[in-house]
Amino acid sequence: MLIVAGFFLASCAATKTEEGGNVDAASTSASSSSGGEITAGTQEDLIVNVGDRVFFEFDSSELTVDAQATLDAQAAWLMQYPDTNITVEGHADERGTREYNLALGDKRAFSVYSYLAQAGIDTNRMEYVSWGKERPEVIGSDETAYSQNRRGVTIVSN
Amino acid sequence: MIKKILLILFFSLNANAALEVTIAQGKVEPTPIAITQIFGTDSDTARYGNTLRQIINNNLTNSGLFYTVNEDLYIQSDNLVEKIPRFEDWKLIKAQFLLSADVSKTDTGIRLRMRLYDVFNGKEIEKLQLTIPDENLIRRVGHTVSDIVYERITGETGYFDTRIVYVSEIGPLDQRVKRLAIMDQDGHLDSHQFLTDGKNLVLTPRFAPNNQIITYMEYKNNLPRVYIYNLKTGEREIVGDFPGMTFAPRFSPDSQSVVMSFSDPDNAANSEIYLMDLNTRSRLRLTNDSGIDTSPSFSPNGERIVFNSDRGGSPQLFIMDKNGDNMKRISKGRGVYGNPVWSPRGDLIAFTKLTQGNFHIGIMDTNGNNERVIVRDFSLESPAWSPNGRYLIFHRQKRSNLDGTGGEVTIHFIDITGYNERLIPTPRDGSDPAWSPLL
Repeated sequence: MLIVAGFFLASCAATKTEEGGNVDAASTSASSSSGGEITAGTQEDLIVNVGDRVFFEFDSSELTVDAQATLDAQAAWLMQYPDTNITVEGHADERGTREYNLALGDKRAFSVYSYLAQAGIDTNRMEYVSWGKERPEVIGSDETAYSQNRRGVTIVSN
Repeated sequence: MIKKILLILFFSLNANAALEVTIAQGKVEPTPIAITQIFGTDSDTARYGNTLRQIINNNLTNSGLFYTVNEDLYIQSDNLVEKIPRFEDWKLIKAQFLLSADVSKTDTGIRLRMRLYDVFNGKEIEKLQLTIPDENLIRRVGHTVSDIVYERITGETGYFDTRIVYVSEIGPLDQRVKRLAIMDQDGHLDSHQFLTDGKNLVLTPRFAPNNQIITYMEYKNNLPRVYIYNLKTGEREIVGDFPGMTFAPRFSPDSQSVVMSFSDPDNAANSEIYLMDLNTRSRLRLTNDSGIDTSPSFSPNGERIVFNSDRGGSPQLFIMDKNGDNMKRISKGRGVYGNPVWSPRGDLIAFTKLTQGNFHIGIMDTNGNNERVIVRDFSLESPAWSPNGRYLIFHRQKRSNLDGTGGEVTIHFIDITGYNERLIPTPRDGSDPAWSPLL
């Protein structure tokens, strides 16, 4: 549920407001202009001000130029908040077998994890996990959904 | 319980040569069989009789190799367990075989007596007497009788007294709740049982070939790892202490080892195939390549393993010796291959293939020759063999839509000739089916 709310926020980041209470799924989906104050160093902060996810090409775990830019920003953000720990989730679209997609999701998660590690983030702060095709971000059997489901998502875990 | 049934089985094996209903490739004309009323001696046993008759009728009909002659046509209505049938009456309605049975209560439990007749040759070809301690085993009796009839007439091993383990699914597609569940091969609701509570995501259950143990993958504490589940004791246990994801497990033919993928953090989380000895807990790495290696499946003689690898660029099927030697690609067609499963007869490999926007379930020889498609649809996955190697079960998923509708996933049965597909009913959605050995 957190991820779903987060995705919505990311897509309406331009209209976020500074007043109001905490952001949650109910308030954001009720009105895109009734967002809350964002606490620095939180998942919301990461989503809105940095970007919590990167996307992959079909059947690939290589980081695109866009993905690398997002991860550079994530690394800087993680440097800024050294008490923050994360879990990187790797996901796949539905057009592969369950087992192959588990493997692919793990390679994707590891791509993100190792990029952040090379950017100087202590691996003690990071974990990664593959969800294969089990947790799509967008439901749907078309390329629009698939392209958003082939993703690596950084989740603040503390 | 299994032993008990076997001990009280009493066979009379006639000296007749096996009746030949040869199973070749292609559509088989179903053999007509008549099943008399299964007679009881009181209201309980009459009820058992009705249940048994229904089970046997469904099993034989669902196999695609039999059809039951319409009861309205029967001329003789007697109990034919002790009385010799008037074969002319059964010939007239074109029943090639005739099954009669009765049920009674005895000091030791519930007794079934069965006779199977070859109508055209006018003789008894099988008889059976079986006693069970209580009615909880009635369904097993129905499946056992079905197996005996199937084996006697087709010459093939039966598959009715078996179970299917699968993943029961419910809830929105992006937060699916998945539970391990088990049922008789016919999917009868009375036999259905959940094995896990849905708290953790579970995937890809598979039976051990020799016993009632399942291996599967579970996200316990969000750590995806391979487990085994002993159906007799209810015990669950992780398969080895690996520092990364383990998945895609299958038993070796002797049920003593599990072959699976391990995604090692020290190997850039690239999936390699490992063999884990369940007794010594020693592990052997079988593959070493920068591509993904997964979905291993043993040949029934334990000598070779077929698996899925994208080492050549796209996911294809490969075989190797049990120690990882002599690796070679076997899939030859265009498309993305996956899910290879070696037939229990040893002669075929079932697989999925994605090409031109559709999934196909197919079979090929073990060298990759003679590939043929059995079924094609938008989304098909997880082929699993019947223990006699004649049928496959698999799951089919419908397209889903942005509004969250669609995506229904169901379990299906099909003859490897591509005929006789049917739905195996499950109380909720179902995926990742796997077949047990004969009980």
